[in-house]
Amino acid sequence: MIPLNGIATASTISRPLDRNLWLITSQAIDQAPADPPQTSRAYLVAENEQPPKGFGLYLTDSTQLALPEGLPAIRLPASLGYLTAGDVIRVSPDGRHIRVLWRHRSSQNSVLLTERCDNYCLMCSQPPRTRDDAWLLDEAHELLRLLPAATGDICFTGGEPALYGNDFVDLLRHCTRRLPDTEVHVLSNGRRFTDAAFADEYATINNPKLMIGIPIYGTESGLHDYIVQAPGAFNDTIRGILNLAERSQRVEIRVVLQKHTAPSIIRIAEFIARNLPFVDQVALMGLEPVGFARSNLPEVWIDPIDYQEDLADAALLLAGSGIRTFIYNHQLCVLDKRAWTFAVKSISDWKNEHDPICETCAALEACGGFFHSAQLIASSGIHALDLEDARHLTRSSTDSGRPSIWRAGIESKRVTR
Amino acid sequence: MPIRYQPADVDQTHAGWELLPIRFHRFDLSRVLLTNMVGEHLFVTGEDFDALMSGALPSDPQVRRDLAGKHLIRATGEDVPVELLAMKTRTRYRRLAEFTALHIFVATLRCEHTCQYCQVSRQSSANDRYDMSAETARRALEATFQSPSRAVKIEIQGGEPLLNFDLVRDIITEAQVMNVHHQKQLSFVIASNLALLDDTVLDFAAEHDVCFSTSLDGPADLHNTNRPRPGRDSWQRAIAGIGQVRDRLGPDRVSALMTTTAASLTRVRDIIDCYVEHDLRAIFLRPLSPYGFAARRARPTDDVAHWLAFYQEGLDYILELNAHGIPMVEHFAAIVLKKMLTNDDPGYVDLTSPAGIGIGALVYNYDGYVYASDEGRMLAEMGDTTFRLGNLHANTYTELMTSNALLEPLEMSFTHSAPMCSDCAFEPYCGADPVFHHATAGDFLARKPESAFCNRNMGIFELLLDRYHSDPQARQVFQRWANR
Repeated sequence: MIPLNGIATASTISRPLDRNLWLITSQAIDQAPADPPQTSRAYLVAENEQPPKGFGLYLTDSTQLALPEGLPAIRLPASLGYLTAGDVIRVSPDGRHIRVLWRHRSSQNSVLLTERCDNYCLMCSQPPRTRDDAWLLDEAHELLRLLPAATGDICFTGGEPALYGNDFVDLLRHCTRRLPDTEVHVLSNGRRFTDAAFADEYATINNPKLMIGIPIYGTESGLHDYIVQAPGAFNDTIRGILNLAERSQRVEIRVVLQKHTAPSIIRIAEFIARNLPFVDQVALMGLEPVGFARSNLPEVWIDPIDYQEDLADAALLLAGSGIRTFIYNHQLCVLDKRAWTFAVKSISDWKNEHDPICETCAALEACGGFFHSAQLIASSGIHALDLEDARHLTRSSTDSGRPSIWRAGIESKRVTR
Repeated sequence: MPIRYQPADVDQTHAGWELLPIRFHRFDLSRVLLTNMVGEHLFVTGEDFDALMSGALPSDPQVRRDLAGKHLIRATGEDVPVELLAMKTRTRYRRLAEFTALHIFVATLRCEHTCQYCQVSRQSSANDRYDMSAETARRALEATFQSPSRAVKIEIQGGEPLLNFDLVRDIITEAQVMNVHHQKQLSFVIASNLALLDDTVLDFAAEHDVCFSTSLDGPADLHNTNRPRPGRDSWQRAIAGIGQVRDRLGPDRVSALMTTTAASLTRVRDIIDCYVEHDLRAIFLRPLSPYGFAARRARPTDDVAHWLAFYQEGLDYILELNAHGIPMVEHFAAIVLKKMLTNDDPGYVDLTSPAGIGIGALVYNYDGYVYASDEGRMLAEMGDTTFRLGNLHANTYTELMTSNALLEPLEMSFTHSAPMCSDCAFEPYCGADPVFHHATAGDFLARKPESAFCNRNMGIFELLLDRYHSDPQARQVFQRWANR
């Protein structure tokens, strides 16, 4: 677990900072002039370094006792000692509260655009709130101005980002302009795209690297609408997906496996293969026991060991229909071996952990590990794999003709067929 | 977090529900098969079916969800299921806009085999008045390239086409020249017994990317009994030919087709073993044709039960082979399963509706007459010219394709309006075969309970559905076949 929040342990800030977001820079990296300007950059001072003048903010890490004199400076807590040049942080005007928004060394940065949502999913990991948080959208624009063009991936999430309507499309347009080579992933419930005019607007972004991930939790409204706690949601979402597909937009279908969806996973796979065969990929995802999933645990938890055969059948069915298929958030020791070839190390690095039981596991490197929150509850099927199992891992991956997670190693997020 | 809605609160069928267009079939004592417009299927209990038919929803919420998810029912007024059905229906029929992908050239009627079941009236090898002329071939090519289909396959058959190889060569080279302008995805198949295969033929095939399709009825004794030729070495020559084509052109450039005879019916495992042994990974367990000499000689196909037993034994054996890692495919099952499990209709000429005659395949006979199917040509050889669309030397392409000889049987046999087809649960998997029914019953439709075509297909559909639901391993094999 990598902490993303911290409190400055010392500060020389005497008047409120005039901006919130700071791109960290340091002596070590090439000082590109002007863009972004020095005033929007926080200079990370090396030990015994006399920092150059002109930066809007100066940072020291916890090991340095002195803050540079006469400059606006804060000392980072030890927990944020990992910050380096290229990262982006939000700092409260008084210099006290620090939030890490971007870690340039991670390929799994996601940008929260809002906590508002028109669904209210039983297992939501980011429980929706109703307050107006449109400042997050402004902040995302500001973040885009700070990111380098070489950024590999960015993910916009919520809440439901499409609730912003055309302002959301403007953000994606801005992103496309700033980061034309970056893979852009958006997580949405898809309902807003029921509106054909909005879908038209979205299609004008015209970014071939843009993909929108939309969950479905059933094959008809009854189950889906119950899980998302919103009557009418299923039909909105399906029509939204159809509208996106008609406009040649890339769509990923996400299915979170929980108590109600797991028993229907084959049905859902059949439904997707038959009704939505045009989607770009399908992700079958393990439950992350945080947020509502935590408070509704008895209503949503199922031990993944109990649905393994069906999950493997569903993944094989989808892949057999020509749909690129991934399994996220599952430990290899729990997965049916037939499903290993679909498994992706998907858990964001900052919340990924392994269990002590994993120390002797022969497949540790290839495994997706756990959510930090799995401390709360995890599958009873967790066990260390031996070398015999690990050999099967290599074999099953080779047989399928897919790039192996075993060989692809750490950066397997974008495994392609 | 408080849960706002219980499942019952969001169940839209509460406010009312209605049936979407469905068809049913009482499958066995405990199950009723339901299919929707595009062939998605669901088994329900007799009780649930009776409830549904009397206007009540089954009590089990999962059954209600399955009915809705398979687009058999919808909440009153719900649009999305209908939109999805419309999309699937469009997908299923989109191939119709691009009609006639297969063009069959009968290069000659001559043949050095004297097969008992031959579907054409064979002529002695020496008699060249049964050869297609260069002018006829040229006109056939002109017709071929007028088809709207982007993909065009030219199949050259006979008789034995290699007896008229000069013409075969001319057809293929001329087609390639014409295609510079037409830009179709053009492919060539020579349907040959391979007995006369030589280096000249292989060199030409290699240069022009030609495939071969040959006959292989199974083990040597069965094959040579079915397919007599001087020397009684048809099997040996076919096997040698298959090897030569593979060596020279590549492993996938030759396929084999078997014909079922009365002698085959007890030997399906031997037949399949022969295919496996010779590395042929697909077999088509075909019914015996009611046309040609076969129809006049012995009893034709009416013994459907015997044939179905043969088919079932063969299919189960093939599934067994697959379970042992031998990826054998049964073609007919694969065609049906594609229609059953996907939105595609492969447009197989004998199992599609509207029928495949004319719009699935056209046959240019050696003498310039054009037929709506190869079976239609066979009937003409027996004196029945019902499916003759016209003659290349007298009629334009438009005249051929709008002739009554084509349009009438197409319209009459269309399964959505054919009695007993239109309300059959298997309609989406089946097809219209006006030529078969004309040949066996005297009209394009026939009475389905008396139709060997109908009985045979129903048996196959039931068999495939049974295995799909009772055998997880078969299910995976079937899913693979459906998505080939």
